[in-house]
Amino acid sequence: MRWLSRSYLTLVYLLLYVPIVVLVVFSFNDSRTGYNWGGLSLRWYDSLFNNHAMVQAMWNSLWLALTAATVSTIIGALTALALHRYRFRGKRVLNGMLFVVMMSPEIVLAISLLGLFLLLGLKLGYVSLLLAHVTFCLPFVVITVMARLSGFDERLPEAARDLGASDFTMTRTVLLPVIMPALMAGWLLGFTLSMDDVVVSTFVSGPSYEILPLRIYSMVRVGLKPEVNALGTLLLVFSLVMLMLSQRILSRSKQ
Amino acid sequence: MMRSIKQQPFRAAVLVLVWGWLLFLVLAPNILVVGASVMTRNPSTFISLPLNLDAYRQLFNPLYLDVFLHSLYMAALTTLICLLIGYPFAWALSRVEKRRQMLLIFLLIVPFWTNSLVRTYALKLILATNGLLNSALMSLGVIDEPAQLLYTEGAVIVGLVYLLLPFMILPLYSVFEDLRQDVLLASHDLGAGRFATFKNVVVPLTLPGVLAGVMLVLLPAMGLFFVPDILGGSRNLLVGNVIKNQFLDARNWPFGAAASIVLTLTMALLMFAHRLSKRRLGEEGA
Repeated sequence: MRWLSRSYLTLVYLLLYVPIVVLVVFSFNDSRTGYNWGGLSLRWYDSLFNNHAMVQAMWNSLWLALTAATVSTIIGALTALALHRYRFRGKRVLNGMLFVVMMSPEIVLAISLLGLFLLLGLKLGYVSLLLAHVTFCLPFVVITVMARLSGFDERLPEAARDLGASDFTMTRTVLLPVIMPALMAGWLLGFTLSMDDVVVSTFVSGPSYEILPLRIYSMVRVGLKPEVNALGTLLLVFSLVMLMLSQRILSRSKQ
Repeated sequence: MMRSIKQQPFRAAVLVLVWGWLLFLVLAPNILVVGASVMTRNPSTFISLPLNLDAYRQLFNPLYLDVFLHSLYMAALTTLICLLIGYPFAWALSRVEKRRQMLLIFLLIVPFWTNSLVRTYALKLILATNGLLNSALMSLGVIDEPAQLLYTEGAVIVGLVYLLLPFMILPLYSVFEDLRQDVLLASHDLGAGRFATFKNVVVPLTLPGVLAGVMLVLLPAMGLFFVPDILGGSRNLLVGNVIKNQFLDARNWPFGAAASIVLTLTMALLMFAHRLSKRRLGEEGA
């Protein structure tokens, strides 16, 4: 029984990781056709960085992810604090809305935001992308911070208030240090989600602000492009670093 | 009310910001979609009066109904395959010693953090006519000519399963983690055989995990329009492709909105079932 379950686990992990390994290996393949091995080469990485439009899209994506992660971390942290500390009318509704954003298919969120932006006459571009990305990152930040707050000793903020600290001062000096690891983990997740998003961005981006996932999308719809192997490998390594950082921050803070 | 704002300016500012964001970017857009679905298509302003249910009627137009049913079929098959692979997988995973489990869970979260478009493209490298799978099968002598794997229904389903499997496994893993060994032993001691224990104890106790997994797989499996775009050719469309075409190309908002509402209602139904199953367990446990 034991070896059976072991080999089953191994098999599924293999299936999950084989395509990723293939992609990484082929990104160093010199052959133009993309299927046969033509020796090691960095030519696709080279052609990637010599492609001006590609590099521009990369910067655009990085800037978008940076700003979207930051804004969603700030709003998400405040939301989590409000849900945790304050009693207010409609708390359950607020909670419900966050849950719906997280669970509903991305495409539903995407068209609803597109509708809003077009009716308001907002030009599709950086601003519309930012608003949309912050919205879909928000619930993930809220959950991460809430999880951190749930095991927290309630007497500390009360003591701070009793000692005369205002709500703001107490939040800054007592709560903020406690939720810091969750904020960093939430920021990293938001950054990665924003960097990788295709579905929502397809709807709310305009020609004035081209981002990386959409550029990849237009490249891979027709045939195979060796540059995509290289770009995909870079993105994978990038995401992996972010994930490891986040795991590290969270596990350290538990100790 | 005025007093509380004066006393706690920070609290007031936080609540205004949070509510403002959610009302403006979550509630308002969703109301807009519901509204759009019962309005009339208009080329210049996208939507206009009068109100009508034409968009919903159009969903039953045989042309679209076929696409919807086919999409539902592919999504259901994807979900079933994910469940069949994921259920024993999550069970086995929950039995691995704790220290190794951390690493294995990490390996499952990696896909969640990596670009799904890039991973779909990686599948294309393998499934292409002169791709790795065909070359491997030919060199093993299983087939003589490359088989058409790409641009088929099978390719779309493989792609969806590949992308969504972790979303099935994670909730299942969490219910198997909570499944206590002594419950199984008790069932055994009371004379239940393996099958009876599985059917009467394991399945009901893991049902909330199954439903959560189904919810997380079935809906994206209808919405991830880039999977058929990359792997499926023009015949294997998802509801997501229809919504995207109606909104971005055909500019038929009412129809796209109606299709999206059908997706949302499906989600609501699944959430309701999930809640119900959890509540039932809670009552029985108490």
